[in-house]
Amino acid sequence: MSTTGTAPSVADRVTSLVRALRAHGVRIGTGESVDAAQAVAALGLDNREHLREGLAAALLHDQGQRAVFDPVFELYFPRSVGAPEGPSGPPDRDGLRERLAEALAANDRAALARLAAEAVDAFGGYDANGWSSQQTLDRLRPQTLLAGIMAGIRSGGGQSGAFTDRIEADEVRRRIEEFREQVRGEARRRVAERRGTDEIARRMPVQTPDRTLFLYAGKEQLAELRRTVHPLARKLATRLAARRRRASRGHIDLRRTLRGSLSTGGVPMRPVLRRRRPARPELVLLCDVSGSVAGFANFTMLLVQALHDQFSKIRVFAFVNRIDEVTDLIAHGTADPEGLGARIAAEATLTGWHGSSDYGTALGEFVERYEAAVGPRTSVFVLGDARNNQQDPNLPALRRVARTARRVHWLNPEPRSQWDTGDSAAGVYGDVVDMYECRNARQLSALVGRLLPV
Amino acid sequence: MFTSVDDVTARLAETGYLASPAVATTVFLAARLGKPLLVEGPAGVGKTELAKAVAAISDARLIRLQCYEGVDESRALYEWNHAKQLLRITAGRDETWDQTRTDVFSEEFLLTRPLLAAIRGDDAKVLLIDEMDKADVEVEGLLLEVLSDFQVTVPELGTISATRRPFVVLTSNASRELSEALRRRCLFLHIGFPDEELERRIVALKVPELDAVLAESLVRVVGALRAMDLRKVPSVAETVDWARTLLALGADRLDEEVVRASLGVVLKHQEDVDRAAAKLELGAV
Repeated sequence: MSTTGTAPSVADRVTSLVRALRAHGVRIGTGESVDAAQAVAALGLDNREHLREGLAAALLHDQGQRAVFDPVFELYFPRSVGAPEGPSGPPDRDGLRERLAEALAANDRAALARLAAEAVDAFGGYDANGWSSQQTLDRLRPQTLLAGIMAGIRSGGGQSGAFTDRIEADEVRRRIEEFREQVRGEARRRVAERRGTDEIARRMPVQTPDRTLFLYAGKEQLAELRRTVHPLARKLATRLAARRRRASRGHIDLRRTLRGSLSTGGVPMRPVLRRRRPARPELVLLCDVSGSVAGFANFTMLLVQALHDQFSKIRVFAFVNRIDEVTDLIAHGTADPEGLGARIAAEATLTGWHGSSDYGTALGEFVERYEAAVGPRTSVFVLGDARNNQQDPNLPALRRVARTARRVHWLNPEPRSQWDTGDSAAGVYGDVVDMYECRNARQLSALVGRLLPV
Repeated sequence: MFTSVDDVTARLAETGYLASPAVATTVFLAARLGKPLLVEGPAGVGKTELAKAVAAISDARLIRLQCYEGVDESRALYEWNHAKQLLRITAGRDETWDQTRTDVFSEEFLLTRPLLAAIRGDDAKVLLIDEMDKADVEVEGLLLEVLSDFQVTVPELGTISATRRPFVVLTSNASRELSEALRRRCLFLHIGFPDEELERRIVALKVPELDAVLAESLVRVVGALRAMDLRKVPSVAETVDWARTLLALGADRLDEEVVRASLGVVLKHQEDVDRAAAKLELGAV
């Protein structure tokens, strides 16, 4: 740590760090702040990595918060201050790219961090007090180095033809991504020096996968989201099992009660209840897979599929303005989740005359063709934004489904404030069935944990 | 207990546990601040091993509470020995009720379970509460008193406080969210997959006979597998297994043939094997 002297005291810095974390929704009590201060006292300030891990251990409660903590820590306990040391000359783009390529090929982390600082210093500055990571990366274009690095490794490496060659490109790609992240962090640090750490730390965009908005998620973010499907499904399965256990009440199991009473001298202190045979419920999913809603629908389909052993039967239907069953596609989709959306579009008949969604027609067709799928033990989930393109909402069809099914829930990926604006028919559908806002994976898992039948 | 973080790293390494800086720092802090340590992470990264290693380096007795669905007070904390109490009552027929009562609820009739055992006695102890997430929510409430004040209240006997605090490690696979109250009482440590260099050292330590170049490519392939979208990504335990397998197969370099034959050691689902084979251009497996 090179920052001492007039810099704020360590206690101040720890409390500002805590404030910034709280601003990003991490819940930290006073007790944890005290722990953090004690941790700093015990660890000292001479090893930055130890300090970071120690503070994280004291302040955080789960790994997801690490995505918030790390960049904030970088701001309050920066590796260095000011411009990087070294000869300052005119920016030398080609030289920098060359050194970057070398460092990427050798996987030299220290050099990469140094280069990130240099790059921001040379290319990131704009007007008086701004540093932009975007601008730096645009000028430097590290992603274009890949081909050169690969060629270099192929020609230079003595052990060509080795098995690991085929994963080399992916490794370099990951390192480039890491470098981009370092550049972003460095730019933030430089800006913070000019405009005050607290403000930058508060405004810093932090995105954890479970808060990614379904409607605006890009390809990358959806891929990241998909990686959380299985852990999430496991968590939900235990939650469902727990609910099922608690739901078992009723008749006393006399044999087991008497058996248990032996330890209390024959007095039955704890009555044991008979376990109900679990009649596993059935699930029907109706998914709008048009345009921007598709990301949400696909994620939910995969999640439900991952939960398949919790239900006796799951049937999934997809629609845009015509409806078709896609259960088999989903079952096979777990092997290749990326291609799921494309395969649904290719193999199922989802559109008729036009390509925009029409809930009324789709619901009507569902009642007509697949009404047998819904019975008194079925829970139906409708997934979609209820944007009906001014068509007839066909409420009788939905009412009919609601009457037959045990429950009907509607999950809407739009924020509640936008319901009923424009062509949204959320209100009229919401009168017939319960509609829930479901904008990100966090909300989805809370809803699924609560609404799924047990 | 420890003088510095580096001291922790060095002493853990002596017992054969290679700790990342995060692990060493948190263990050091847990010992220094006297707080329980909550360890989370995927299966097979050495969460339970950590508790054993800490017990080994601090010359402490390891007391283990294995949690499972339905574990309760009488399994975790203490239980009265009913049979023995009955015997005692029948044996002393001429006594007054008061005598019997005070006698029957004494230490002699108390069966200590792990949590109580960890608190009593003056010797150094490491308490490992394994797979906390498997236990029901009620057990967490039970733990709160133990973890924050290191004491246990037995209604008939009064409160028993620890004369010497045990070093507490809780492990969790995150199959259920632990309650906020429990988390707040602990230092949090997430053990993820080690970086390439550390994993190489782990392989070298566990399977020293394996050729260093081969070990390096092995670790890199495992790293690539972890970046894929798999149902169950390979853990450190699988890496070590794979290293042992390669040794048994007598492979001296990693090639298509060897990987195809042994991919089942690291990947536990057929769809994962298929996917990885496609990504690694192995052809049919």
